[in-house]
Amino acid sequence: MSGIVADNISMVFTLPNGDQVHALNNVNLNVKDGEIVSVLGPSGCGKTTLLNIIAGFLRPTSGKIIRENMEVTGPGSDRGMVFQQGALFEWMTVEKNIAFGPKMAGRPAAETKRKVDELLQIVGLQDFGKKPVYQLSGGMQQRVALARCLANDPEVILMDEPLGALDALTREKMQSLVLKLWKETRKTIILITHSVEEALFLGERLIVMAPRPGRILREYELPFADRGLVESPRQIKASHEFVETREEVLSLIWGMEEEIMGNDQELEPA
Amino acid sequence: MSKHHTPPSGVSVWLGLKDNVFTQQKTVRFGDASAVNSGRFYSILTVVILLSAWGIASALGMLESFYWPSVNATLTRMGKLLSEGFRNVAFWDHIGISVFRVLGGVLLGALVGIPLGLAMGLSSIARGLFDPIVEFMRPIPPLALIPLIILWFGIDETAKIFLLFLASLFIMTIAARSGVNSVKITKVHAAYSLGASRTQILFHVILPNALPEIFTGLRTAMGVCWGTVVAAELVAADKGVGSMIMIAKNFLQTDTVVIGIMVIGLIGYTIELGMRYLERLLIPWQGKG
Repeated sequence: MSGIVADNISMVFTLPNGDQVHALNNVNLNVKDGEIVSVLGPSGCGKTTLLNIIAGFLRPTSGKIIRENMEVTGPGSDRGMVFQQGALFEWMTVEKNIAFGPKMAGRPAAETKRKVDELLQIVGLQDFGKKPVYQLSGGMQQRVALARCLANDPEVILMDEPLGALDALTREKMQSLVLKLWKETRKTIILITHSVEEALFLGERLIVMAPRPGRILREYELPFADRGLVESPRQIKASHEFVETREEVLSLIWGMEEEIMGNDQELEPA
Repeated sequence: MSKHHTPPSGVSVWLGLKDNVFTQQKTVRFGDASAVNSGRFYSILTVVILLSAWGIASALGMLESFYWPSVNATLTRMGKLLSEGFRNVAFWDHIGISVFRVLGGVLLGALVGIPLGLAMGLSSIARGLFDPIVEFMRPIPPLALIPLIILWFGIDETAKIFLLFLASLFIMTIAARSGVNSVKITKVHAAYSLGASRTQILFHVILPNALPEIFTGLRTAMGVCWGTVVAAELVAADKGVGSMIMIAKNFLQTDTVVIGIMVIGLIGYTIELGMRYLERLLIPWQGKG
């Protein structure tokens, strides 16, 4: 099985002044093979920290990440990563960015070329292979990032707000692309997002996190990702069930934000 | 109805007398540096005024050749320098040897400085070991090292190249180190997640990322070394543009001195233009991360 398990993860950052921040407190998460899970929460709830620990960029204070009965101790090509922005190599063309993983692994050039061409088709950039990435729009750059990740054929894909910097329209199109890729590859995907709508639309399961200390507050099982494979996105997002869940999650998050704002005011007397 | 409208172009735009396609729509001009036209016309005006003043003063016999040569004397001297050279060395060889020293010094400085700077950016041992040396040498003007270098190497070619090597070494080291520091951690993370090894990350991610800063360092080093070579030749050399003007001074050949100074300025300017051109050619992604 190629799912991924977060076993009782806690993360404490010690600030230069000696203060300790509990970024994550006893987080348990079991992502099944082929599942797409979205993680939602207000700023400071530790969702990016959690993803960085799963990716192997950070060592947790306690607990461990387990994949295929092995503890994760560092980054690896079995867990691909798609970042919000700025993680492409701007000194390379689109093709070379996508071919980066296979090339580093020493795959045969002809095989890599076939794969790159195929991926360019899938993400709709077949005419842009030879372009330098900095000439592409934000949406196109994120397609390159997706293709670059897929070229390596990772078993798990970690997405850290990959659509966060895109305009609303491009974002909707990209959400459909993510769903399509998930359907075709059946990769295990963990998606971090700020957008409630995106989290509901893309996640088979939604994890809502809360701050201070960062922890999992609630989990929802959702039908929308599966429906998104057949129904139109607009139809789903306008459906009664979607709107109702969205309002419920929104009020959950609003509650947390108000709590935080209140705390901030107490911390900073006028 | 759309009015037919030709974008402004032509000589008057190039001269900066007429607004170009970018500036013509702006109403706020004062305070917006990009809305200030090139002013080329006035640059040409400056050059023309200076040259005519020189020409008129020469024609009226107002110039004392000891202080500043007339146009005619300068042109005659230039012709002589080109045909006979100066002190048994061809004019172009004086220039050539100075340029050669600069290129040699900068090349050696880059060959040592870039790996050193990369190492200092990547390893705490390298950073710790070399930081005191780099920080200590950085504020010392290269010219202050000339006496010591003459004691070590005499005044031959090795001495000059070594001086220029030192002048560029610390510039290149600091440039490469700050190039490493400017690498966005997401790019490095992305590369690790794509399965790259440390060596692969060094050559495929960190080095290309540091190239813009390394190149800026190279440009600075070329400028500093050109200034340093001329000064070093003033002190101790029998060939090179700097030595040419120093020897000419001893013979009270003010015209040769003036020609030498103009040549130094022109070559410095050419080096800067050439480096900017190379920068655009080699690092088109600069500032687009």
